[in-house]
Amino acid sequence: MIEDFHAFPDARGRFGSFGGSYVAETLVAPLDDLTEAYLRLRQDPAFVAELDDDLKHYVGRPSPLYFAKRLSAHVGGARIVLKREDLNHTGAHKINNTVGQALVARHMGKTRIIAETGAGQHGVASATVAARMGLKCVVYMGAVDIERQKINVYRMKLLGADVVPVTSGSRTLKDALNEALRDWVTHVSDTFYIIGTVAGPHPYPLMVRDFNAIVGREARAQLLEHYGHLPDALTACVGGGSNAIGLFYAFLNDRAVRIVGAEAAGEGISSGRHAASLVAGRPGVLHGNRTYVLCDDNGQITETHSVSAGLDYPGVGPEHAFLKDAGRVDYLGVTDEEALEAFHLLCRMEGILPALESSHAVAQAIKLARDYPRDGIVLCNLSGRGDKDVHTIAMRAGVSV
Amino acid sequence: MNRIDARFAQLKTASRTALIPFMTAGDPSPGQVVELMHALVDSGGDLLELGVPFSDPMADGPVIQHASERAIAAGVGMADVLRWVGEFRQRDTATPVVLMGYLNPIETYGYERFAKAAVSVGVDGVLPVDCPWEESSVLAPLRAAGLRQILMAAPTTAPERLAGLGASAEGFLYYVSFAGITGAARLCVADVATRVAEIYKHTRVPVAVGFGVRDAESAKAVADVADAVVIGSALVEYLVTAGLEENLSDALAGFLAPIRAALDHH
Repeated sequence: MIEDFHAFPDARGRFGSFGGSYVAETLVAPLDDLTEAYLRLRQDPAFVAELDDDLKHYVGRPSPLYFAKRLSAHVGGARIVLKREDLNHTGAHKINNTVGQALVARHMGKTRIIAETGAGQHGVASATVAARMGLKCVVYMGAVDIERQKINVYRMKLLGADVVPVTSGSRTLKDALNEALRDWVTHVSDTFYIIGTVAGPHPYPLMVRDFNAIVGREARAQLLEHYGHLPDALTACVGGGSNAIGLFYAFLNDRAVRIVGAEAAGEGISSGRHAASLVAGRPGVLHGNRTYVLCDDNGQITETHSVSAGLDYPGVGPEHAFLKDAGRVDYLGVTDEEALEAFHLLCRMEGILPALESSHAVAQAIKLARDYPRDGIVLCNLSGRGDKDVHTIAMRAGVSV
Repeated sequence: MNRIDARFAQLKTASRTALIPFMTAGDPSPGQVVELMHALVDSGGDLLELGVPFSDPMADGPVIQHASERAIAAGVGMADVLRWVGEFRQRDTATPVVLMGYLNPIETYGYERFAKAAVSVGVDGVLPVDCPWEESSVLAPLRAAGLRQILMAAPTTAPERLAGLGASAEGFLYYVSFAGITGAARLCVADVATRVAEIYKHTRVPVAVGFGVRDAESAKAVADVADAVVIGSALVEYLVTAGLEENLSDALAGFLAPIRAALDHH
């Protein structure tokens, strides 16, 4: 029985048996430097004030909490309340993290930013903060993802970033991460690697969680203010898991609150074409940490599938692996079809175009709402907006735009 | 005595710099692995590094990435790698074999199970690139079974950490010659000399230098400062482009002989 879910990770980046720092020797020193710098800065009132100021005036925080009245009535269950991270500058929760890491980079005197991206949201958020600070920015993106997220690729270029197509392996997010790590190992002295999710080696799972935890802190306070009590349940989509841990973290010690993570079940878990590492994977080591991974019996990481590029990842943040094994969070699969259905429903019912990633959370929220009475509350992280996905949606519908 | 220790003791007596060729198990052809291993020894290899293919080789450059991809596509798995080492041992009981790669294939196989199987087929050491010293408690079952965990040091390794690494090192210490990925042409001999000299102050085991050694000239320069020279990407590239259907030993000798000669006359 875990007393305090806020007591993790330990000094070595461990969440129980997960996490850690499984990297090549060359990266041990830069990671130690980063850990030292970050642990110092997070205690520094001047840094905290600087970050708060950026979040308020540049990102546009706090983001609203929105009661989806028509959707809730349509579903016929509990009230579905959306945390509107889609309204942040650049259109997703990703900016919370990149604003924070960019400040850390500046304090460490780094002049070059690198990032990996799947759907392109993190790449855009990294290119954005790099432009603002006048730093050089290189974004690694799988060739497959570049094809399905053209709008975001062009946005990154407009922001002055170099987008480097990754053609190794499965040519998606995991390979972009490998390539970014290879870049970092080659340019350790001047380069800051902004990892976009709560994966990677220590201190990234800790640091990225901290920068996103404002989502749950705000939502918890907003709920208490508007409704006078905590929600019955909350949910978010889980790829690497940054928006999910961002929402969950403030509620982890509220034991009465049910927490559900929605993983991408793609064409169905039994089809094998999915990206549900927690639902269907096993413990392993990938990208610098021990976590749940999708791999075959030879330990080879398997290719994943999801309609949403941002969830198309065969690993998951180690804290989620820990929360799964501790029984604190349930991780369930949402299929492509269910996510698309939720996408259209939210468009028609509420006039909100959600990202395909966030559509998985909306689908899960709809399922959860049915478990609770009409005066119940299900909180859902609407982590990003869907403009970037219009092309994909149209293609699936056979419409040319 | 572990074959690695025995081999280095023997090389020391003979004043011979060790040549450590690296090949990816299963590339260019899964049917030729054992034959290739013997040919590497015949061409002057003193210890062998056998790469276990992994889907996400984050410390490797394009040459070894592609070799890994080809081996995986050919269906190569840990069981094959272990079987090949066992077959190699039927004719060669002296040359040490170190399995190089990443942790996940070992984790998936099971640490205990791997330790037992690896020792029984004649593996002598492991070098999982993504398992630094601080995380190496997972490899305790391997060390308990008698396998050597080969540790790495890099240009970025902090001085105080180097002392700890040097004291814990067993078999040999692998010095990564530059901050980068395998196969990049960034070797700076003067830097390597300074760093390796520093490492020798902290360790009693031999030091091997790898990453970026690609020909007789670079091998000779490294041999002046270290006990062993690892040749990886350049060899893997040669193996895949040379077309090795005919006589493996002859073809390999053509590539390794000048390097061997440079080591013997430095």
